[in-house]
Amino acid sequence: MGNRVGIIGVGQTHHAAHRLDASGVELIAEAVTRALDDAQMTLDQIDAIVIGNMDHFENINYVDMWATDGLGSFLKPVFKVTTGGTTGTTVAAAAYYSAASGLFDVVMAVGWEKNSESDTQTAIATCSNPVLERDPFPGAIGPLATEYTMYMDAFGATEEDAAIVAVRDRNNALNNPYAHNRMRVTVEDVMNSPMLSYPVKFLDMCPRSDGSCAVIFAAEEKAKKLCPRPAWVHASVVRHDYTHFGDLEWQWMPTLERASLEAYKIAGITNPLKEFDVAELYLPCSTTGVKWMDSLWFCDRGESPKRIIRTGITEMDGQLPVNPSGGVIATNPIGATGLNRVGEAAWQIMGRAGDRQVPNVKKALATGFGGCSWSDVFILGADLP
Amino acid sequence: MERVAVIGVGQTKYEQGKRETFHELVWEVANKALDDAGITVNEIDNVVSVSSDFWDGRTISSMAISDTSGAFGKDISTVEGDGTFGVLYGMMRILSGSFGTTMVVAHHKGTESNMNGITNTAFDPLVERRLGLDAVTSAAMQARRYMTVSGATERQFAMVSVKNHGNAKRNPYAMLPMDITVDDVMNSPMLASPLKKLDCSPVTDGAAAMVLAAEREAKKFSTSRKRVWLNGVGHCTDAYRLGDRDLADTRALKEAAKKAYAMAGVTTNDIDVAEVYDAFSYMEPLWLEGLGLCDDGMGPECIERGYFDFGGTLPVNTSGGRLSANAVQVAGLAGMIECVLQLRGGAGRRQVKGAQKALAHGINGICGQSHCVWILGK
Repeated sequence: MGNRVGIIGVGQTHHAAHRLDASGVELIAEAVTRALDDAQMTLDQIDAIVIGNMDHFENINYVDMWATDGLGSFLKPVFKVTTGGTTGTTVAAAAYYSAASGLFDVVMAVGWEKNSESDTQTAIATCSNPVLERDPFPGAIGPLATEYTMYMDAFGATEEDAAIVAVRDRNNALNNPYAHNRMRVTVEDVMNSPMLSYPVKFLDMCPRSDGSCAVIFAAEEKAKKLCPRPAWVHASVVRHDYTHFGDLEWQWMPTLERASLEAYKIAGITNPLKEFDVAELYLPCSTTGVKWMDSLWFCDRGESPKRIIRTGITEMDGQLPVNPSGGVIATNPIGATGLNRVGEAAWQIMGRAGDRQVPNVKKALATGFGGCSWSDVFILGADLP
Repeated sequence: MERVAVIGVGQTKYEQGKRETFHELVWEVANKALDDAGITVNEIDNVVSVSSDFWDGRTISSMAISDTSGAFGKDISTVEGDGTFGVLYGMMRILSGSFGTTMVVAHHKGTESNMNGITNTAFDPLVERRLGLDAVTSAAMQARRYMTVSGATERQFAMVSVKNHGNAKRNPYAMLPMDITVDDVMNSPMLASPLKKLDCSPVTDGAAAMVLAAEREAKKFSTSRKRVWLNGVGHCTDAYRLGDRDLADTRALKEAAKKAYAMAGVTTNDIDVAEVYDAFSYMEPLWLEGLGLCDDGMGPECIERGYFDFGGTLPVNTSGGRLSANAVQVAGLAGMIECVLQLRGGAGRRQVKGAQKALAHGINGICGQSHCVWILGK
């Protein structure tokens, strides 16, 4: 059986809508350099690299080749993975399995996106089947609006519930120096922001950011040697299901239900709300911060507004702080977004999360979202799995 | 370390202008590979697809094959690059202990793509892309450099094309089985000097799939006749900009090959049959040198002497190679499948007698910037 694996270093760029000071390769170099500094390592100690982004955002084919100078992958093994919005967690999973396989000891995962060079919505629109679904589901906002209206209808959730999540994440971002949007907002601000697609308003929705993230994974022996407090990987699970949006069961999020259930089983989690100390969740829109709490088994289906959101237990001083970093609606360099979740969760365990640190984190949850409502789940722990 | 076996393989016939969508091609080969392994989709616990948003003309193109690859409700990931890298990730997922059986599947519809435009986007957008460079024109520069360094001639490159198109006559899956002469290659239209049309691989549609299994699963599922082991693998990347490389220097390939041989515990002398990435005729001798299967600079002469012919000392590209069918991203996986068939003794009229060890090779990027080398064994 494979090696146990720990995260020993994390690096992020500062994010912005337009990083005019850096090319894509330079953004990657910024994240890689910071991850190496965080781990107090040099490039020579990296055995292999995995990279990912979304092709059509920057129109660069064979990104794993193009990025060589920024990655430091010259005469090193590298390959590329890509799965849409889940790319960041996909890269993390690939680096994790590479280190767990025994073929490599120290493996660096790198995600990046320079959305300012892209037409994000147009690129995303082409993920749908060209004949059947490209017209009704162009871009990311439509499907998210659809699923929340159905959730509101089924369970009585409100637009204000989503606004509470937007306020939480956006205000948390004030504590994160790397975040793209750092603004103090109120529920009224969110409710009064321009409607994008009912019920999703401007301040409910994620931005598109320029940025990159690098996370260094190491097999057990190396991790112990190189890092005083690694964030050990307890579980990595992916669940995809459908190809067509029209097949989805919109009132809930089956892939997240299945992925988290399997991950909890592997990691021995029976009461996630109690056992996790912090969660960094890929919530692309505040509405998902309401709806998907059910799918993570924090409460029964439909109970999230009443039991989770309106009680404030996911605030920084609550029982389970969610998205201390500000999450995706503050910062969204798409190919790196999922990896940022894993990296932030690792920093929380390593005690390196600065002003957004949650005290005494032993177990952390990170998720990825993308494609046709697909879900990835990572569980990290301070103790060996 | 636990061993990983190939327990099932499947490919489409490689053709131009297939009417099926790429998801339908994936359906065809996934089913063929399952049938070959004698298992059902329920016994697959994870899927690695190989696809590219560029070649598929669609964002998150792996979304389109989620159902037809049998990934519903399973753990799936997508590698973008040659199929050999997809198998690498599939194997590492098994070695991690998290999975027992991996379906690796790759697809390509070249006839719905624009090769020049798509490979042009592999170049730096500010400088090199504007020069109009693409896979063919950059390969021409590499061929020219190789001729300068090794003294190889265009006629020697043409011999590779004659050999591989001839080999394709014995492979029912190949697209271009042809009886041609060196003069035919030399007289075919010039695409980018020194590369003529018959020095270049064709635009191709097709798909291929492979089922991998952990040793404990492999023993449960398949007969020993069909089981082939993944003995060793290595991958490595060279510099990005063409100007930063000596295009005739195969340092990344040498590094990858060294790792693969060491992991498999074999030397070059142990290899009985090889599938080398001949996207262009000149690549075969160049990569054979990098793989250590002939001395540096001796590739063209070894080709001329028939060393790599079917029936020669080391048969290379018995499938007909990429020159006879080049479904991009599928192509390296197709080479691995050819090795599996050879080691099983199931290669029909192109069978290399008594093959015990086989080498397969795939490339990524322009002019073979990155390489993945596999050693497979009985």
